[in-house]
Parts: sequence; C-alpha cells; structure tokens
Amino acid sequence: MAHMPDLVFKELNAKGTAFRALFVILAGLFLIGLGAAYYMEHSGHWVTGMTNQVVWGMPHVFAVFLIVAASGALNVASISSVFGKSIYKPIAPLSALLALALLAGGLAVLVLDLGRPDRLIVAMSHFNFKSIFAANIILYTGFFGIVLVYLWFMMDRRLKYKSSGPGTFAFIWRLVLTTGTGSIFGFLVAREAYSSAVMAPLFIAMSLAFGTAIFILVLLTVCAIDKRPLGRELTERLRVLLAVFVAATAYLALLQHVTAAYWAGRVEVVAFILLNGGVYTFLFWGVQMGLGTIFPLALTLVPRLRSHATLAFASVLVVLGGLAQTYVIIIGGQAWPLTLFPGYEVESSFYDGIVQAYAPSLPEILLGIGGFALALLIVAFGMAILRFLPVTLADADIDPHAKKRLMESEEAVEAA
Amino acid sequence: MSENSLSPTRRGLLKAAAGSAALLAPGVFLLAAPAPSKARPDDTATDSSVRWGLLIDTNRCDQECTACVEACKEEMGLIGKGRPATDAQYIRKVELAEPRTGFTRSLPMMCQHCSNPPCADVCPTGASFKRADGIVLVDRHICIGCRYCMMACPYKARSFAHEKLEDQAANNPRGKGCVEACTLCAHRVDAGIVPACVEACHAKGRGAMLFGDLQNPEHAITQVVAQYPTSQIRADLKTDPGVRYHGI
Repeated sequence: MAHMPDLVFKELNAKGTAFRALFVILAGLFLIGLGAAYYMEHSGHWVTGMTNQVVWGMPHVFAVFLIVAASGALNVASISSVFGKSIYKPIAPLSALLALALLAGGLAVLVLDLGRPDRLIVAMSHFNFKSIFAANIILYTGFFGIVLVYLWFMMDRRLKYKSSGPGTFAFIWRLVLTTGTGSIFGFLVAREAYSSAVMAPLFIAMSLAFGTAIFILVLLTVCAIDKRPLGRELTERLRVLLAVFVAATAYLALLQHVTAAYWAGRVEVVAFILLNGGVYTFLFWGVQMGLGTIFPLALTLVPRLRSHATLAFASVLVVLGGLAQTYVIIIGGQAWPLTLFPGYEVESSFYDGIVQAYAPSLPEILLGIGGFALALLIVAFGMAILRFLPVTLADADIDPHAKKRLMESEEAVEAA
Repeated sequence: MSENSLSPTRRGLLKAAAGSAALLAPGVFLLAAPAPSKARPDDTATDSSVRWGLLIDTNRCDQECTACVEACKEEMGLIGKGRPATDAQYIRKVELAEPRTGFTRSLPMMCQHCSNPPCADVCPTGASFKRADGIVLVDRHICIGCRYCMMACPYKARSFAHEKLEDQAANNPRGKGCVEACTLCAHRVDAGIVPACVEACHAKGRGAMLFGDLQNPEHAITQVVAQYPTSQIRADLKTDPGVRYHGI
C-alpha cells in the first residue's frame, strides 16, 4: 500500500473536445430514449412489438442486461477490497461509480417501460414480500445505498483504509442482487424455458462477464480521451478476468440447456432455442456463443493477439453477445408457448400452442439505448466533478513490484 | 341459498340420475340451469366460507359456439381494436386435438381463480390478489403495469391494456397500462347473479358451464364434483384452480 499516496486522483478534463463531444452525444441519445418512452407511454404499448403473448420486450433486454452488468462492474472494487489485490485499488472507485450508473440506467429503462411509470411511488410503498420482484426493488435500492457508502469509504482519505468492511458487504449484497434478478426468471414455474435453479448462478456469471467488459471499455475510453497512461499490468489482469468470466457464462448457459434437455418435457423448448428457433437459434450460436464467447476468448487468450485494441474489441463482442444472450433468455423464453394441455395440440384466438412472434420496435430499442446513454452520462458527469481515477495508471505508478523492478534495473544499469 | 334457487339444482341431479345408463354421456350432469346465489350486501366483506368456482363440461361445449366469449366482451366492455395480438381477451375458446387419435375437444379458458395464484405471488405491489371467496382480481389502483403476473400465469389468462380505452362498461373500469383478466364477474356474483359467460352458455349454448360455491354441499357444482371425475388444468403446479373441467 506504500505506493498509494503517490497516486494523484483527478477529475476528468471536462473542457476537452473529445469529452464534450461524447457528453453531447450521450445526452442526445438519452433524450431520444426519453422521447421514445413518452411516445410508447402516450400511445399505449400497442405501438411496440410487445403483445399479450410476449409481454416483456426489448426494454427488458436492455434493462436486465444493464442491471446484471451493474453488479458485475463492482467486481473490480471487490477484488481490491474483499480479495485484497491492491493493484486494483486505483480503479476501484471507478468500478463502484460504473456499478451505480449502470444500475440507474437499467432501472430507468425498466421503470419507463412500466404500463404505469407514474406509479413508481406505489412500487416503492406497497410491497408484496412473497414477490421476488418486490425483493428486487429492495435489493436495487439497497445496492445504491451500500455502494454509495462504500464509495465514500474509498474516496475519503480518512476512511479509505477501512473500506474492506463496506466492500465486503457490497460484494455479498451484489451476489444476492444478481441471484434475485436471475430468480425473476428462475421462479416462473409454468414457463418451460425458465423455471430452473441454474438461472441464479448463470446470471451471476453473466454479470461478471458483462460488467467486466463494460468496465474495460469505460477505462480504456477514459484513459484515451483524457490522455492518462494505462499500463499493461492492469489490463493484462482484466483481460484474464474477462476470459474466465466469459467462459463461466458459456459453461452455465450450456448447463442450463443440457439439464433441461434431459427432461422429456423440456426437450422441445431446448430444441427450439438450440436447433430450430430461427432468430433465437441464430442469436444463441452465432452471436452469444460465436461472436460473444469463442471470438473474445480467442482474442483474450491467444498471446500474440494481446493489446489494448484487441481487449477493447473483445469487450465490445462480450457486450453484443450478452445482449444476444439476454434477448434469447427473455424473448425466446416467452416465444415458446405455455403447455396448458400436455399431450394435446391446441389452437385458439389467443395464440395458444404456437410460437409467439415478436419484432422489436424502434422506440423500444431507442429507450434501451437511452438507458445505456444515461449510465455513461452518469459516469462522465461523476468523473468530471469528482476524483475517481488517478492521473496515471502506468505500470510503474500502480504496481509496487513493477516500480521495484524498474528501480532495480536502473540501479543495475548505473552499477554497470 | 333459497329453496327456490335450489330446486333447479336438484332437478338437474335427478336428470343426471335418470341418465345413469349413460352416466357420462355428453353433458348429462350439467343440465342444471344457472342458479342465482344470495347477494352479498355492499357493507360486508367477502369471507372464506365461500369458494366460488366453475365446472365446465367439455362434452357439451360446442366447437362452433362462442356464446361465452361474446357475452364476456359485452359484459366487460371489451371493445377490440382489431389487433388480435394486443386486444384483451378474458375468456377464449381453445380447441384441443389428440395428435394420435384425432380426438377433439373444445373448451372455454379463462382465469382459473387459483387458491394458490402465481400471479398474486409474483405481483410486487400486491395489486394481483385473491379475495377471501376465491376470486382472483387486479387492483387497478396499485397495478404498475410490470406484467410479471402475465409471465407467471400458467394459463395465459391475463391481458394488458395496450391502449387508450373508451366506452368502458361501468362494471369493469379498465385502465391503459394495467393488467386485467376475468373477474368471474365479481360484480354480478356479489349481486347474486351468475357470471355472464355461464348465463350465455345456458341461454345460447348447450349449458356446459356450471357456477357455484365449491364448498357448499347444497350447490350443484359441489355435488357434481363430488360424484364425477373432473380435472384441473396443470394440476401438477398445485395452483388448485377454482375452475374444473369434465371430459378431458
């Protein structure tokens, strides 16, 4: 820890052209998202792709992705506070800020898609404690409070050496939070694509992968636009972390389908997702597994490909793969019809027994992108007014061993 | 229940007994006309000594008949906008076909008024709730329109009000952005009248629906359920529906 006082934390230069351009673009996207929400709200949901059959659409894909990524983004801070890896300490505050921002972005999308967003206060004041949704409202609100306290501990000079307590609490809370998000689906007993205990660990793995990918992208972008040196010591570790989390997510996703396929009653829904589900099968194999898993694993694990550019590219692919995965889970799971009468073929005017159609509408997508923009706006604003990141993350500045190695080599040169 | 309203029930049972040679011949036991029950005064709460339910004899349900569906639309003011994917349907006709044998059945499907309703379990605000008398409703004052209940309902019984609503029926105030479903015509039941679908089924259809208190041994529905095999849809989920079916 002796190196820490050397690090100077500083606000982002909000007067830079790149920063201003980015801020304006993000603000624009956020406003467009708000406009889309107003349009959907004013007209009613019939103008969206959502129906009485597919009741959760694109906004939920974005919202769940962002909420899941939020808890994962905190992981970097957890590694430093909970697991004592001090090299992550300089980037821990940014990790907590990003976690708060992503959660705010995701919740904004979720709330703006409610049939009655004006009744948010009802959701905050009437709790049915048997509902995992109600539990999540408490978990999300609690997450804000706990991470804010944790951030305070990390950023207050007098308290920063005591941040492991709040850090550990935040870490446990985030695990429970993602368990809750996964359980929204895991507890749906009547839906063949969902009802499974594996949903909770799957969502935790997803959160680690998506959150780390977004964190890497934010870190690389901030260092690039604010011209802050970023050494390989940190990014190499983040690269390995990303690879491990992506692999864990893919493993649990496959496990989800393998366990379901073993049960005769669920063979058809597994075949639907993996073999004959059209867009869902394409998204699963092509985007989630191909572009979002195999490709980034190659980019992060093949030694020759290691660079900040490939790390950034791999992270973008993990985000795309994650959105595809969330789409397959949420939309694909609803597209598969409920089985009301096992053993019978059914037909009705209410689309019983058939695969439900869903095409995302533009306003839904714009609202989702608006949520992303809000999250990044919060990060940009936060970093412009508070000192979240050191002016340098060069290897010699953040890693005592690197510094020592450098000094030793200099001494060796002088001695020679 | 008054003596007057009981008599048609007994007559129905006698008819059922008379047809005992063909005990389960199509719809034999549901010939009882819909019996009105006692009205519940406005100032008294519902209580759990009553469990309202329906019995549907699929042997008598005609594939071509949609009397129950039309009556529901009329009663509840469900004016469609010609958009079948988003228009509300509280009750629908489902056609069943056994793929190997070609055996077919037609039946009405609506909220099953479960005693363990998954919709009420998942509802974050408690807007989805079960009345003491077993009727499952949505409190539209606190429904936030999250649609989690629609995800959780095993019977696909719920609809979301996807657009602005006009010309609403006074007895079924609806709201854009809220979830809604069959109320078992709670407004009629409270007034001592059978649900609109049941009434229409007897007036225009073949009398395939029977309404009553599943806990009252004097009610025809209870007597029939005690005497003949009936099934609950997705009984494996143990939701204990208040709607029973015979013939499937």
